Amino acid sequence: MLTATVLAAASLTACGSGDEPGDGGTTLTYWASNQGASLEADKEILQPELDKFEQQTGIKVNVEVVPWSDLLNRLLAAATTGQGPDVVNIGNTWSASLQATGALVEFDDATLDKVGGKDRFVPAALAAAGAPDKPPAAVPLYSLAYALYYNKQSFADAGITAPPTTWEEMAEVGRKLTGDGTWGLAVEGANPSENAHHAFTFAQQYGGEWFDAAGKPTFDTPQNVAAVKRYVDLMAVDKIVNPSNAEYAQNQSVSDFANGKAAMLLWQAAGANLKSQSMAADAYGVAPVPFLANPPAGGKQVNSMVAGINIAVFKHTKNLDGALEFVKFMTSDTEQVTLNKTYGSLPAVGTVAADPAFAADEQKVLAQTLATTAAPLPQVPEESTFETLVGTAIKELFADAASGRPVTEDSVREKLTRAQQQMR
Amino acid sequence: MGGAADPPTASPRRDLDDHHHLATRRRPGRRHRPAGPSAARRPRRSLLPYLLLAPAVVLELAIHVIPMLVGAWMSLLELTQFHIRDWSGAPFVGLDNYRVVFDVDSAAGAELLRSFRVTVLYTVLSVGLSWMLGTTAAVLLQRPFRGRAVLRALFLTPYALPVYTAVITWTFLFQRDTGLVNHVLVDQLGLVDEPPFWLIGDNSFVALLIVSIWRTWPFAFLCVMAGLQNIPDELYEAAAMDGAGFWRRLRSVTLPMLRPVNLVLLLVLFLWTFNDFNTPYVLFGGSAPAEADLISLHIYRSSFQTWDFGTGSAMSVVLLLFLLLVTAGYLLLTNRRRNDA
Repeated sequence: MLTATVLAAASLTACGSGDEPGDGGTTLTYWASNQGASLEADKEILQPELDKFEQQTGIKVNVEVVPWSDLLNRLLAAATTGQGPDVVNIGNTWSASLQATGALVEFDDATLDKVGGKDRFVPAALAAAGAPDKPPAAVPLYSLAYALYYNKQSFADAGITAPPTTWEEMAEVGRKLTGDGTWGLAVEGANPSENAHHAFTFAQQYGGEWFDAAGKPTFDTPQNVAAVKRYVDLMAVDKIVNPSNAEYAQNQSVSDFANGKAAMLLWQAAGANLKSQSMAADAYGVAPVPFLANPPAGGKQVNSMVAGINIAVFKHTKNLDGALEFVKFMTSDTEQVTLNKTYGSLPAVGTVAADPAFAADEQKVLAQTLATTAAPLPQVPEESTFETLVGTAIKELFADAASGRPVTEDSVREKLTRAQQQMR
Repeated sequence: MGGAADPPTASPRRDLDDHHHLATRRRPGRRHRPAGPSAARRPRRSLLPYLLLAPAVVLELAIHVIPMLVGAWMSLLELTQFHIRDWSGAPFVGLDNYRVVFDVDSAAGAELLRSFRVTVLYTVLSVGLSWMLGTTAAVLLQRPFRGRAVLRALFLTPYALPVYTAVITWTFLFQRDTGLVNHVLVDQLGLVDEPPFWLIGDNSFVALLIVSIWRTWPFAFLCVMAGLQNIPDELYEAAAMDGAGFWRRLRSVTLPMLRPVNLVLLLVLFLWTFNDFNTPYVLFGGSAPAEADLISLHIYRSSFQTWDFGTGSAMSVVLLLFLLLVTAGYLLLTNRRRNDA
């Protein structure tokens, strides 16, 4: 009932707000994700580029910047009703889930050729655009990876000379940095997506997988239990995370880092966000995310997911050629440099990787991570469900840790088992 | 004293009872009329009333009935991301989704049952306390005094504020480190040493309840206030002349006279509160803590975040049937009592 009503309402809203797919030749509707400091800032960044596109092709693009909290539901409503935008940004981890709906245009080789060819794109980024055995459901637009951001002044004050490279070192360094109202590390404990991303990376280091080869969930394996416990223990045992972080879900951890309340942060391309919060670029350093000092057998040298934003086209578009033309424009060398430079992300095409715009320390670390130690999240249709269920389970574990309840292997396993049982 | 007060307080009751008897006496007459001989001679009805009703009927069908039927149909399908684009291709699974919902040994069933229990407790407390607060305020503001209009306007403010704005403000108030609630409790009053969490863990239920009551009680206040306007002053004057004090007047005049208002008010508050989605959604985001996982949010999560619209719809249908059952039971019970009176 609720579902039907909401879906119907979503489609009505879509109709009412003038989101009909482009009228066949001269206009396109584009839903952009929120990459900058605010929705308004994003619009100001994108509009000059869209004007350029209109000058070149005569196609007007109406852009709407959709907040992350709404984007997946809006995409789902658009997929269900066939109403909505022509071109959309999607979180690359949703690619396989959205691909399964069959609502997105497949980028087979012929279609890829229309947007510049398969070889243009960074292979790792293109691999995170759909299930491995199918043509991609999107192409990469902005590439991202996790890095460790640390406050140089706090490190100097505590006599720490280098950022930690292992979790054990992080706990040790974090303890030195914790005290007098400041904390070693800030985490986004109530944000299921952030939690799920970390669960993935930690599990890789412990040799765990969240889905088996047949695509069945394997949430409560000993490796995954150990991985999740290791992450939550940063608060529960190492006590280098402020318990209040257990209720953070709106990027408060970035603010805490920018305001000096926390000395370290694990984040994707935080630079632009930190700048908007008046933290000078020379006030923080960027290093790769730590590894385990002694990885167990099967543990992988992975310290980030292949993060990023993909751009996709809905099959319901009445202007497929125009939409693909727009995708080609957004992934062109010029736009890749302009937009990724502004957002602090990395280009999704190999041709401009060496551009001076990406020579800053932060981008170098991100690029190195992406090239050597990043792995894509499982490209299975149930990926978005995994993020929700496992991310929520970790949210509950952080809540336990924050309220002083013990977080044990058993309690972690129980939560992960319950999450797995809810997968159908 | 007690004996002296009895006769006058009995009179409003009798008066009330007379109203009921009048009502019950009239009703059967009206009901029987079409069956009488005059029915056959009734002139042909014109189309006009139907035409006038048509827009409302169409909207009712489009907004309520059809989505309900579609929802019921969805509950019989395996409607996941593989099929949402073309529902006709979704496999028909019969009552399988309902089996999952009712199987309390399964994770999904157990979670739903827990969510149901939380919602029942939340509804009982929220409706009960909102009603008490609203009635108390309305009774205290019944007699004119200086500043009454200001107080009335002030009390209605939470009801007039947009839900999202109001609840977002509450999320700021409830933040552990920077929220006003903990600032007052810890820094100013010194009631607790360690600032408690409000938006996660056990206290999240209390936080949810506080916001819900804050939002709901002005409506109870408004309805009861309107109901009080209809109680003739003579009843109070007669009661006062017979020596009835405040409590006696409240018990024997005010509350009995408010009964028709309260019957509707409690039902409406129950339905609104049980179905409340906005308050927990804005307060906790899409994933509420287990302690405050209300059923509407639970269904939303089951449908939209796990992309399993079949099971989500089955839960919705069960919820609808439960609410229908409770409402029907309530109406039957209250009608019977009224008829018995």
